[in-house]
Amino acid sequence: MRNVHKGSPAGASTATTLDRLRRGQIATVTAVDIHGPQRRRLMDLGVLPGSRIHIDRVSPLGDPTAYLVRGSVIALRREQARGIHITVEQE
Amino acid sequence: MAADLPTPNANASPPPAASAACGTCVFNHAAQLRALGVDVSGHDHVVALAGNPNTGKSTVFNALTGLRQHVGNWPGKTVTGAEGGFGYRRRRYKLVDLPGTYSLLSDSQDEDVARDFLLFGQPDVTVVVVDATRLQRNLNLVLQILQITGRVVVALNLIDEAHRHGLSLDQRHLARELGVPVVPMAARSRRGLDALLEAIEQVALGTVATRARRVHHGDARTERAVRELAAQLLREYPGLANTRWIALRLLEGDPGIERAVTDGTLDRLSSPTPHAVSSETPGT
Repeated sequence: MRNVHKGSPAGASTATTLDRLRRGQIATVTAVDIHGPQRRRLMDLGVLPGSRIHIDRVSPLGDPTAYLVRGSVIALRREQARGIHITVEQE
Repeated sequence: MAADLPTPNANASPPPAASAACGTCVFNHAAQLRALGVDVSGHDHVVALAGNPNTGKSTVFNALTGLRQHVGNWPGKTVTGAEGGFGYRRRRYKLVDLPGTYSLLSDSQDEDVARDFLLFGQPDVTVVVVDATRLQRNLNLVLQILQITGRVVVALNLIDEAHRHGLSLDQRHLARELGVPVVPMAARSRRGLDALLEAIEQVALGTVATRARRVHHGDARTERAVRELAAQLLREYPGLANTRWIALRLLEGDPGIERAVTDGTLDRLSSPTPHAVSSETPGT
């Protein structure tokens, strides 16, 4: 399994990848496991470790999904979202 | 009203090399600028306008030029944005609108154009228009530009909108951190325009010393490689500007810069064409 639980009593957070983020959840990017120009592009658009991210809109087929990050909306394919590691904040 | 300017400092960057090099001739880079498709005759200074898309860059452009613009489209890979002019305190400025980009490092044509202009055109001042409501994202481009040139003014635009959203911005702190003037403004209602003009003049004339924040990679091996490659570039292309930056990009495998080396862009933009050389003759 990919999910790792960090034992913090007050607010537990869950490590996963962005494609598994659900609507309404807020996450923090921990790593961008994508290489080459795409990595550069994502970082230029604000997707880098420490960025908070959540789902803004989902297209009818669920792919791509629009995320809100650093005040802007960006659309990502599931394939790209899979390469972005996050920790989900517990509601 | 003066902008918030970083205090002049002992190890600050020197005033424009251009005026020092050839007395009255301001345009050291006239040839490179011409190669990039910009004719600077009849102007004292060249000002580039950069920024992310949707930051009100065009509004700033129009506010500065009073709509006296024409859209330029030159043959070859040149500046594709608008060009205009304005006068301020008896000096004439040429304003070149660069394509709106999030970055100078990704591989798109707009970014190539903006990057080439900053690298090789070496404008006297680069105004980076940032959206005050999306500062985090916008600062990415600011920092990237600061790696190329310190002769920058940050126009903190849409400040009225930021205030409406309950955001307060500490522009003094920002100016200190970045090492360049930061001017809060609302270009739509022409707020802050005078301060922007003054800041442009101060950077153009070197009356305010900027001290751009540079990002250090802090790795001795990388540093050595960069130095070596930069020296090699300079041998290959005498007169080439920003060799350190170019070397760093080449080491990172930037396809745009690799292309600039192989397709002759670097060669074309490194040495001035004979007819453009000013009264000063090198080597005599």
